[in-house]
Amino acid sequence: MAKLTIDDVEIDVPDGITVLQACELAGVEIPRFCYHERLSVAGNCRMCLVEVAPGPPKPAASCALPVGDGMTVKTNSPMVKKAREGVMEFLLINHPLDCPICDQGGECDLQDQAMAFGGGNSRYDENKRAVRDKELGPLVKTQMTRCIHCTRCIRFATEVAGVEELGATGRGETMEVGTYVEKALTSELSANIIDLCPVGALTSKPYAFVARPWELTKTETIDVMDAVGSNIRVDARGSEVLRVLPVINEDINEEWISDKTRYACDGLKRQRLDTPYVRRNGSLEAASWDEAFAAIADNLKRKDGSKVAAIAGDLVDCESVMALTDLMEGLDSPHTDCRQDGAKLDATVRSSYIFNSTIAGIEEADACLLIGTNPRVEAALVNARIRKRWLRGGFSVGVVGPNSDLTYPYDYLGAGGQTLNELADGSHKFCETLKNAERPMVILGQGALARADGAKVLSAARKIAENCGLVVDGWNGFNVLHTVAGRVGALDIGFVPGPDGRDVAGILDGVEAGDIETVYLLGADEIDTRKLEKAFVIYQGHHGDVGAHCAEVILPGAAYTEKNATYVNTEGRVQRAWRAVFPPGEAREDWTIIRALSGVLDKTLRYDDLAGVRRRMALQNAVFEIVGELRPSDWDKFGELGTADGDAFVSPVSNFYMTDTISRASETMAACTKSLVQSVEEKTGTNG
Amino acid sequence: MLKDSDRIFTNLYGMDGWRLEGARRRGDWDGTKEIMAKGRDWIVEEVKSSGLRGRGGAGFPSGLKWSFMPKEPTGRPHYLVVNADEGEPGTCKDRDMMRNDPHKLVEGCLLAGFGMGADAAYIYIRGEFYREAENLQFAIGEAYEAGLIGKNACGSGYDFDIYVHRGAGAYICGEEMALIESLEGKKGMPRLKPPFPAAMGLYGCPTTVNNVETIAVAPTILRRGGSWFSSLGRENNTGTKVFCISGHVNNPCNVEEEMGIPLKELIEKHAGGVIGGWDNLKAVIPGGSSVPILPKSTCDTVLMDFDSLKEVRSGLGTAAVIVMNKSTDVVAAIARLSKFYKHESCGQCTPCREGTGWMWRVMERLVIGDAEIDEIDTLLDVASQVEGHTICALGDAAAWPIQGLVRHFRDEIEDRINTRKQSTVAAA
Repeated sequence: MAKLTIDDVEIDVPDGITVLQACELAGVEIPRFCYHERLSVAGNCRMCLVEVAPGPPKPAASCALPVGDGMTVKTNSPMVKKAREGVMEFLLINHPLDCPICDQGGECDLQDQAMAFGGGNSRYDENKRAVRDKELGPLVKTQMTRCIHCTRCIRFATEVAGVEELGATGRGETMEVGTYVEKALTSELSANIIDLCPVGALTSKPYAFVARPWELTKTETIDVMDAVGSNIRVDARGSEVLRVLPVINEDINEEWISDKTRYACDGLKRQRLDTPYVRRNGSLEAASWDEAFAAIADNLKRKDGSKVAAIAGDLVDCESVMALTDLMEGLDSPHTDCRQDGAKLDATVRSSYIFNSTIAGIEEADACLLIGTNPRVEAALVNARIRKRWLRGGFSVGVVGPNSDLTYPYDYLGAGGQTLNELADGSHKFCETLKNAERPMVILGQGALARADGAKVLSAARKIAENCGLVVDGWNGFNVLHTVAGRVGALDIGFVPGPDGRDVAGILDGVEAGDIETVYLLGADEIDTRKLEKAFVIYQGHHGDVGAHCAEVILPGAAYTEKNATYVNTEGRVQRAWRAVFPPGEAREDWTIIRALSGVLDKTLRYDDLAGVRRRMALQNAVFEIVGELRPSDWDKFGELGTADGDAFVSPVSNFYMTDTISRASETMAACTKSLVQSVEEKTGTNG
Repeated sequence: MLKDSDRIFTNLYGMDGWRLEGARRRGDWDGTKEIMAKGRDWIVEEVKSSGLRGRGGAGFPSGLKWSFMPKEPTGRPHYLVVNADEGEPGTCKDRDMMRNDPHKLVEGCLLAGFGMGADAAYIYIRGEFYREAENLQFAIGEAYEAGLIGKNACGSGYDFDIYVHRGAGAYICGEEMALIESLEGKKGMPRLKPPFPAAMGLYGCPTTVNNVETIAVAPTILRRGGSWFSSLGRENNTGTKVFCISGHVNNPCNVEEEMGIPLKELIEKHAGGVIGGWDNLKAVIPGGSSVPILPKSTCDTVLMDFDSLKEVRSGLGTAAVIVMNKSTDVVAAIARLSKFYKHESCGQCTPCREGTGWMWRVMERLVIGDAEIDEIDTLLDVASQVEGHTICALGDAAAWPIQGLVRHFRDEIEDRINTRKQSTVAAA
């Protein structure tokens, strides 16, 4: 501990922190532009100057100055006030002051700090600088004349995102931030530079000139674009979601979100199912809820439960899965499954299907083996954590599966099952790395599990975990990385085949063979719907994607921003989403639809409010009792003994920007796909 | 006046050969092994006792700087970086040393490097010094061939490598932290201190950055003893120094002289006097473009060393004496320097990036008198907002010439403004 006097108040602070952090602890606000807790210290904006004794008789940059015992810091002396006003004056002389037409207006650090710490007028009468705008792709809009050269964006791209694509060119007044060769940023986290930019130089392109911050209703909720469960804030005006911003959660997303999380929200406005439909004479026609329910009741009348099946999709919330589980039980059907991709996940042992180390736990690991996963596109923020851990040094990464750019170097061990078997029987040299590590971890992707030998892969991974000391007291290094938000919650509820039940492949085969006659799709769009032609398909969901196209009855549900719901992320962390806007038209929250249908079918569920469903969930699985926190899961045997076949593991995500019904309907994601995914594929090597 | 026998740079003018043979004839590489045999600590102590202060401008005691390097191996390489990015306007001493006496620097690298426990030396030479880099590289080649450096340097059992790296002509890369960044292949922008280079410098390893002259005088100091060096000059400002005299003198030259020589004597004895005689002198910038200008009245008596010049609110800097006689438009001269600093500001710190341009624009108007009187005070205020508010000293260097100008020549600026006002009134 060091004892400091900050503005005549004595305070004890931990050693090694900076004066700026000490001032924050003392409750003194220090203005800053370039400093950011999660980036390296640049110390170039000079806004955080304070007077420090002992020291030279000039103001010191508090963001870069380590605290010393006995230091006296003044943050409100005439010298400091003069220094701040001076720096602010300098910042503003070449700033366009075009706040009325700037999207940052109302949430601009420069605006706020100019009000709080500026001198109020300028003595600069010369011409101002103008800078040509840069083209950074479909997400980030630039207005480089506004740039104050804090270099936060450069440091974010270089350090956190791991793409060295931004930099400064030129010197002095003519220094410009840009990519040098004009190109879009090739990072899944690129749009975070918009949040980091303290001025309006980098703003959101899809959100340009859409709204002012004070017009928006802000709702803190959970993202479902991947299985990370990033905490987000949904900003809406009226019934329209206008933008999504990150909310700080140190355990999950820190303060970043992926570009898909941020920008797929415009997909919520397109292709929506806003009224029930019933197929009449071969074509889907709008209908009332009563008519839709009547059509279903008609089909299910006196039908044996073994002829009915249900598949839960990727974006489903736990409440609706719970309700559907109970309904299917009422109908006496064992054919339920949530694993659309056919991943051989074992719902009976929780530690076999969650990310046991936790995302924050990655930072404590010292060796990591990735099996059949490309975390950069499957869970961009998990990848960012791995990179963060790698940056600290003393961390080795091995990869079995896709050989792609993960933004950090790794040992490429092999493509598929062959290498995995060697690792499982201990003959591979990377086993030594894992054994010698204090906290080794393995991350098993869906690419390795969603195949015929998935259960054997699972058991091989368990063998690695057990043989190489991944599971010890206080540390579980066995991790499954999910790609979809609804999966872990559905597994926790147990939405998997019951006794003699069929899994997804079995259901589809059963339909073709005529054994299954009715299929209930709860937001399930990632299956081969051509195989459902013979069945009576009930589709409940929010987007008119492939699942709805093959349906006989469509029940319009709510998207993740439109319901109070529970999601479980890949770590097994139970989180609550909050409604930001109401579902469009006739659409309703999903569990209430199933509850209403159960009444029509005479299988009435025993709960009729949200608290009731949640009590039922907690009864079904105790994990739902605790929200936000994690409890370790017991280790047990799982998987199927045997050797995996030699086929290469392939990541399930080929296009990061389009993975679900919402992002497929998003114009912004389509633009990203066009400029970032397809343009890369088209490059032949001769066109630069 | 410095005796010829006390001269360190005996081939400053290139009258003798610059290669190894010539260097040996002049006494370089003589007994290097024996000096090294006396040990690291002896070398550092000897330099400390000599009172040698850094010749790059700031005047930090060199022996003390060397002693900051870790005493024990840290598991990482340690580096000596020689700053040969001589870009300060008016300064041309390092250039002649490297062109005509490169072996002094090479030997200095070895001895200084040995003294601070460095594994290698990097010489960052200004890109424009093409022939000098050639000579230096040739000299290093000769030294390697003769076994003077490299594995088992001079038979001492010590391994030491020297690399030459050519800069690309940015003034800011002469700042030690920017130089390190540039050497690492990054954009030349000064890094924050702390950490200081002795703890985390080049490639994150302990590093000492020294000026060419500092390193080049070290072998002679070690051969002749620290007490010899400290017997020259004044207390706390010991030894000899190479002065670069340019501008309105009859014989612009580099000359090695004792520290503390009166400015007038320096100019009259070595540079053939001011053009038009001493009374025709208007002002002198005594230490390269970064230090405040001095009017004739001060120049009459001031001594050329760190402390004396500091007393008259200027500085020795690189000892580049820029002489201006009465034909000089001193406002335009300083405006030109402002343009230089605006051009060379790296652009990372707000006050320097924005302030240098602002100051230059005002200076340009002051040259023609197109301003108000109170703008002079605004200019001073802007200069004070830049000075001391930046990461490196370029902000100070941009502010000082202007502060010096206003301090000593405010009348002249006001005259111009008033004259212009009257002429516009008359024209109207």
